[in-house]
Amino acid sequence: MWPLIKILPVKTNFRFVAFSKYAGAISILLAIGSLFMAIYPATPPCGGLNCGIDFKGGTLLEFSTPGPANLGAIRQALAAQGVGDPQVQGFATPDDPSGARHVSTRFEPGENPAQKVEQVKAAIEKVAGVDDKAFTRTEVVGPKVSSELFTGGIIALLAAIGLMLLYIWFRFELQFGLGAVVALFHDVFLTFGMIAVFKLEFSLTTVAAILTIIGYSMNDTVVVFDRLRENMRKYKKMPMREIIDLSINETLSRTVITGLTAIIALGGLAVFGGDALYGFSIIMIFGIALGTYSSIYVAAPIILLWNGGKRKEDTEAEVQILGPASRA
Amino acid sequence: MMQLSRWKIIVVVATVLFGLLFALPNVLPANVRAGMPGFLPKSTLNLGLDLQGGSYLLLEVDTTALQKEKLNNLSEEVRRILGNAGTPPQGVSQDGKSVIVLMPADKAQAAFVELSKQAPSPTRAGTADINVSRQGDQAIRLTYTDTAISETASGAVEQSIEIVRRRIDELGTKEPSITRQGTNRIVVQAPGESDPEKLKNIIGKTARLTFQMVNDDPDDNRAAGEGAIPPGSEVLPQKGGGALLLRKRIEVSGDMLTHAGVGTNQNGQTVVTFRLNGEGAKRFAAVTQKNIGKPFAIVLDGVVQSAPNIQSAITGGSGEITGNYTIQTANEMSILLNAGALPAPLNVEEQRTVGAELGADAVKAGQLSTTVGFVSILVFMLLTYGLLFGGVSIIALLVNAMLIVGAMSLTQATLTLPGIAGLILTLAVAVDANVLIYERMRDEVRAGRPLLASMDAGFSRAMVTIIDANLTTLIAAAIMFSAGAGPVRGFAWTLSIGVFTSVFSAVLITQVLLAVWYRTARPKTLPIA
Repeated sequence: MWPLIKILPVKTNFRFVAFSKYAGAISILLAIGSLFMAIYPATPPCGGLNCGIDFKGGTLLEFSTPGPANLGAIRQALAAQGVGDPQVQGFATPDDPSGARHVSTRFEPGENPAQKVEQVKAAIEKVAGVDDKAFTRTEVVGPKVSSELFTGGIIALLAAIGLMLLYIWFRFELQFGLGAVVALFHDVFLTFGMIAVFKLEFSLTTVAAILTIIGYSMNDTVVVFDRLRENMRKYKKMPMREIIDLSINETLSRTVITGLTAIIALGGLAVFGGDALYGFSIIMIFGIALGTYSSIYVAAPIILLWNGGKRKEDTEAEVQILGPASRA
Repeated sequence: MMQLSRWKIIVVVATVLFGLLFALPNVLPANVRAGMPGFLPKSTLNLGLDLQGGSYLLLEVDTTALQKEKLNNLSEEVRRILGNAGTPPQGVSQDGKSVIVLMPADKAQAAFVELSKQAPSPTRAGTADINVSRQGDQAIRLTYTDTAISETASGAVEQSIEIVRRRIDELGTKEPSITRQGTNRIVVQAPGESDPEKLKNIIGKTARLTFQMVNDDPDDNRAAGEGAIPPGSEVLPQKGGGALLLRKRIEVSGDMLTHAGVGTNQNGQTVVTFRLNGEGAKRFAAVTQKNIGKPFAIVLDGVVQSAPNIQSAITGGSGEITGNYTIQTANEMSILLNAGALPAPLNVEEQRTVGAELGADAVKAGQLSTTVGFVSILVFMLLTYGLLFGGVSIIALLVNAMLIVGAMSLTQATLTLPGIAGLILTLAVAVDANVLIYERMRDEVRAGRPLLASMDAGFSRAMVTIIDANLTTLIAAAIMFSAGAGPVRGFAWTLSIGVFTSVFSAVLITQVLLAVWYRTARPKTLPIA
């Protein structure tokens, strides 16, 4: 029984590649669906995503009230200030799980945000019966900055994927790089889809979470590829699909153990990290599961697709040239 | 690999000791830290604004306004030069980059010669700030060169930073950080300052003080009332309502101020007192002497503060500004005046403030979730690989955590809320290196290799994968660091430090511990096989 490693099967022999057609079809469908969810309705800049003020611009005010807050009165006070798109809602905190005493408001302050925020705060102080100290969080992002942050975020995602392609190309071969990049796009698209479906906030920290997922997914893919490359050298006569199956099976215990560890640790973060980290950790947990799946079912089968199911002579020749150099 | 070389042990022991040394201040109480001898490191983790509370402001220097103002000044200057030369212009207009002077056709050449002689006020030898050119029969165009424009803008940003710094220092904010970002932005970070409005108020005011004569000519005032403001005059709002017609010419300006303070006048009102430098005092004396009995306006940021009649010549170079001040507003105003005027308006582009209480909550939540995450990883590793190998990876993980804390304290990298998530993820992924090594060893043993060779191969083969896997994380972190802002950078930094410490501890610490185990226990089989 213990340690756990004793009850894990010593040698697995799953035929991953055989299922890759179905997995591929499901993945393509999900990716298209996710893209659709993330883009539709195509309102700039965020489409179907629930953009935070980081990317949309605007103001976020959070404050706590001594008793249950009258959200209606606060909403009216905001409307009276003539701000655009006002939203008022209660939110839960560890000491106030019902969310009755903590209020979050968002609005577009229009011209001269700095001054408008002061006026709105004064109006809220009056109706909610609180003073200036009650405001726990004030965030104002001007339109210029938000559009810069948005393009910056998108560029960061593309740059990360591009650099990964170069890295894998350099360390392995082009088809490995392509497989890895397709897997990365798969993960990123599906993550966007999940963010859209569950209406999670899309903000700067979300981009950080996605970048981390990219890092993790790559990490996972590299481990499989490493074994794949090694096995390609070791079993020169074995058909490609068998080598892929073998490599995935050989690295499976590691994949499962590492993925589980990461998910367990992030689960703690989601449960105990509070409101601010909840969305972040949920996205990462989802992404890690995805990254594990995609390195098995997306990245490796792409290489098979590239090779047309057979190991071409030139591929083998290339491997042999690479061999001594990387072994040295 | 199981042959322990001496340098490996030295490196491991030294690193662990250093890590301990730099991580330790974080768990010591503040009074113990203060009492430690000077050569010991005292710095603790540098918490970001989202964890300790505070304000972040991103300000942009309004260089367009600055340029417009320079053109306004140039227009006035052109009028003055041509007026003195006896060839007043028919019209002076601006088109955003240049001033266009319209002259009667017969005077245009003379005016062109006069302006070309006067205009280039060179800041550097051989180059002119202003290009003067003829356009057609009547028009003369004066354009600031691109170099002059960008130098003015850059100088304005530098000057603004200095003035913002002085104002914040006067407020008594502790450890503010004021840095330049890009070409025309300023980032102000004030930890612990949870009253952003006060901060914004004091930073955002241009605080340009001018003394101008009131235009009390009845004809001019009637014209202005009908919307035809006479050239050389302007209408400015008055504090408390209304507006006044003033002469544009600035007689004395705030940059001639040497000191401002708060005082009370003979009527018991709170006033802002000021003292001028020699040049200012001379000009103040000349103006007041010439205009006894006439109203004189004191203007701050385009608003007339007060416009008293001049009773007598003021020769001492000091005076006072009245205008319904409370002690507090008078005090704020003297802070502004003492720090000097901003060369251009500052616009708040981004503001993030977190209350100290919320920050403390976040720290608590972070500590709890880190502990939960950490302990669950430890338990999981112990369950998976048993007492010996699980224990070894746990020790590696503990060393890793200590090294991260030490490295972050040493580099004073900012720990942010997302950074805590980065920390947990790093710890979770750190066991990956251990898992890779262990799984590799099991493979080798199963392939029939002898124990020692299997363990050696486990390390050397896994090493390639570990480096590949961690380099990719490092790439992602580097991109986050260069493209991200604020909290995201903190996350990226934590992640990068974690990559290095986890490779070190998973590979070297594990290797040393397993080597010691191998030497002492002389095992025949791999316990995890």
